Amino acid sequence: MDNFLQYLVSGLSIGSLYSLVAIGLVVIYRSNRILNFAHGDVTTAGTFFAFFMLSSNFSFAVSAVAALVFGALIAMAFYFCILVPAQRRDATQLGQIILTVGLGLILQGAVQYFGGTEPQSFPFPLSEYIVYKIGVVSLSQLSLGTLAASLLSCFLFYLLVQKTRLGLAMRATSENLPAAQTLGIPTRRILAISWGLAAGLGVVAGLFLAPALLLDPFFMLEPFLKGFAAAILGGLNSLPGAIVGGLILGVAEALTGGFVSIAFKNSLAFIVIILVLLVRPEGLLGEEFKERV
Amino acid sequence: MSLLQINKLFISFGGIRALAGVDFHVEDGEILTVIGPNGSGKTTLFNCISGVYRPTGGEIFFRGESILGLSPDTIAAKGIARTFQNLRLFMHMDVLDNLLLGRHVKFRKNPLQAVLRIRTEEVKHREFVEEIIDFLDLQAYRQARVSDCPYGVQKRVELGRALALEPTLLLLDEPIAGLTSEEKDETAYRITEIRGRFKTTILLVEHDLRIASRLADRMVAFESGLEIAQGTPEEVQRDPNVIRAYLGEESEQKRN
Repeated sequence: MDNFLQYLVSGLSIGSLYSLVAIGLVVIYRSNRILNFAHGDVTTAGTFFAFFMLSSNFSFAVSAVAALVFGALIAMAFYFCILVPAQRRDATQLGQIILTVGLGLILQGAVQYFGGTEPQSFPFPLSEYIVYKIGVVSLSQLSLGTLAASLLSCFLFYLLVQKTRLGLAMRATSENLPAAQTLGIPTRRILAISWGLAAGLGVVAGLFLAPALLLDPFFMLEPFLKGFAAAILGGLNSLPGAIVGGLILGVAEALTGGFVSIAFKNSLAFIVIILVLLVRPEGLLGEEFKERV
Repeated sequence: MSLLQINKLFISFGGIRALAGVDFHVEDGEILTVIGPNGSGKTTLFNCISGVYRPTGGEIFFRGESILGLSPDTIAAKGIARTFQNLRLFMHMDVLDNLLLGRHVKFRKNPLQAVLRIRTEEVKHREFVEEIIDFLDLQAYRQARVSDCPYGVQKRVELGRALALEPTLLLLDEPIAGLTSEEKDETAYRITEIRGRFKTTILLVEHDLRIASRLADRMVAFESGLEIAQGTPEEVQRDPNVIRAYLGEESEQKRN
């Protein structure tokens, strides 16, 4: 039982990061109807930016904020300079998805060029080796910080989407773009902001993943795939679904790793997803898109 | 100066000329009805005015200012609201939210007030929306999800959302199509009411000739992307070109 609680909590901690990655993917899918395959690489680029800032002796807080802004700027620049012109020329959805793949490859190359391929340790103010005991559960400073940071990010994002005028405009734009436009909502600006926010949330996840893993140009690949899986598990068009999906995936992974075998950690987590999707193809909280033509 | 002036408007899709040099104007305060057979370019005209399509040639002036090539949201912010032939509502939101979204552009940006929760402005907007709800008889559906409402109600919600923008010019694309005959009469009555109550100029597309001529101060008839007749409803209905477009040419045999 003690072990179970321990695995549960560490699963929630890592799962909350998957949730952050998943939210970023869902935000873009909901509003643009495309899958953003560059999400992991934008995150990597942002995290490397923080790494460079830290190496030049900037404080962690400054570097983290700069990394968020940097990631967001890449995503917004991609939207304005590549995606919008492509959409003007009636690019298909598949074409637009391939454009994100292209962006991912470009960023990957750039990160390798500027950052090198050697794995490096990422200096982080929270330590993995300072462990707190809460009841029967022990949690490292880092896991605790991760959980707090990602839950706070999710909460702030929820407030933004549900309680602000910008959030309302975002919801209206993703539900029905032409209608939002005819109401005078500047949809292009709103979509650019969505891209920026999605990337920012991704970079938050990247900053907390980098100290746990080692920082190299491919360190986000696995978390990106997990976030993707979490998003599909929750239902690709549901924001609460993304959070739930991420947490379930994290817990499933931790429990399997703990009780079965570390080797099965990834496989069993994905078996869970397959089973869920067999029963509910639209994901746990997803709703099918229907459009009357 | 006319409220809306359209000069030699051209647009083609591939080889098809949807609008082939349309010329007409809308006077301040009038109800102008556009009629014409299917495919004559009525909806395309609306899409050009509201910025959804970019015309290949010609000019559109709204209050003397060119709006050609502006984005749909900029045009909406200038005071042109519209409804769609196939509804474009926020189906997952309730009726009230759909109407409030129409007020979105009217909110002045003031973060300080938002933080202090000073709601005077919001109250003002909600009052206006309540007025629309009363006017369109939507009280019973206020909290209902739009996707659960019957078609006739959805049409009213879309009309209400356009009114929430307090437009100078309201474009209505077949506002009574698909309604029951009772609803048709109600809507026709409401359209004439709108002008008096909301001080709005109305440009509408309509198939139903009977109602179109009852509503209109003036009429424009379209065929194959060109206006073929303009004038009072009586004039337009008597126009030989219009009769030919609607009923077809008298056959040779009959004439003999």
